Amino acid sequence: MSMTMDEQPTDRGIVLTEEQKRRRRARSIAIALALGVFVALVYAVTLVKGPGVLVRPL
Amino acid sequence: MSLASESAELASPLRGEIVHAEPSMAGVDDYLALLKPRVMSLVVFTALVGMVVAPRHLHPVLAFFALVCIAVGAGAAGALNMWYDADIDAVMTRTAARPVPAGRIQPGEALAFGLVLAGFAVTFLGLMINWLAAGLLAFTIFFYAVIYTMWLKRSTPQNIVIGGAAGAFPPMIGWAAATGGIGLESILLFLIVFFWTPPHFWALSLYSVEEYRRAGVPMLPVVAGVDETRRQILIYSILLAPVGALPWLLGYAGLAFGLIAIAGGLLMIGLSGQLYRRPEKRTAKKLFGISILYLFVLFAALLVEHWLNLHQFGLPFGRVFS
Repeated sequence: MSMTMDEQPTDRGIVLTEEQKRRRRARSIAIALALGVFVALVYAVTLVKGPGVLVRPL
Repeated sequence: MSLASESAELASPLRGEIVHAEPSMAGVDDYLALLKPRVMSLVVFTALVGMVVAPRHLHPVLAFFALVCIAVGAGAAGALNMWYDADIDAVMTRTAARPVPAGRIQPGEALAFGLVLAGFAVTFLGLMINWLAAGLLAFTIFFYAVIYTMWLKRSTPQNIVIGGAAGAFPPMIGWAAATGGIGLESILLFLIVFFWTPPHFWALSLYSVEEYRRAGVPMLPVVAGVDETRRQILIYSILLAPVGALPWLLGYAGLAFGLIAIAGGLLMIGLSGQLYRRPEKRTAKKLFGISILYLFVLFAALLVEHWLNLHQFGLPFGRVFS
């Protein structure tokens, strides 16, 4: 039987505690910062090496 | 039993209730701990020295990028080590609080974290710097995670002797990043860390012998006894002292480095001799601490000499190799 639009699901799924939410937020911020630093580093290296950044002798 | 009833049986637990994975309680500090930041700092420092003493120099931005890749690669190796060694870590007091045995990070998460970081570090070191340095970094991670962690550590008391090569590669990686090659001087730096590792780790194992025994790790004092370990520490310290002075003896380093290497080498021999004569935990702890200081001062001396251009005052006869 299909669920109608106004019916609420009986299983509420995973409900995070405040501590779990806080740690997840901290992890998300750390990932964002790491990505930002990575992008900035690659940009800086690209500027230093010039347009041929991926052209390397083996 | 028909296929239909088999599939119904397999599916039955799914029909009754929804099973959720436990939400992660890992903090950012747990993921940082997986990277073994103290080991990483030593790796970065020795790689920096390898880079600075090389005859060719990278642009500072490229050098920084290379060091970040080397640091991340070292961290990845640490994460893979903690993933595989979680069972050993759990029974040792010193390591029981690590994120995987403590249950804050799942083993699969640590494995994925290590593999992804290793892939990124090697790929970008290769693309942006050169493929020799990237190949050496990849080999170092493989050597530490597979050869040392998965094989040697659990099978032979020579585990840290051979496995010590993993910790000795970073100055060669730094040198290779700067020059695109492997020079004799970078091999000398490799040898210094290689011969330094046994007295350093065996000193630690002497005051953690019961822990290693409980964990079933065949460290030298567990397998061959404390007396044999003290003898081996003395032998390796006697080997380390001249190896430590080789950069000066071969003309790659100046007089200041030579004097520091000789004094440090004599101090290591003296402490190892003291430990050999009087087996005390206090002396083992002292040797462990002094060994860290010895390596740091030795590499720092090379760094300072090259910055101040004092390495030109070394012995001249070694320069025929360069």
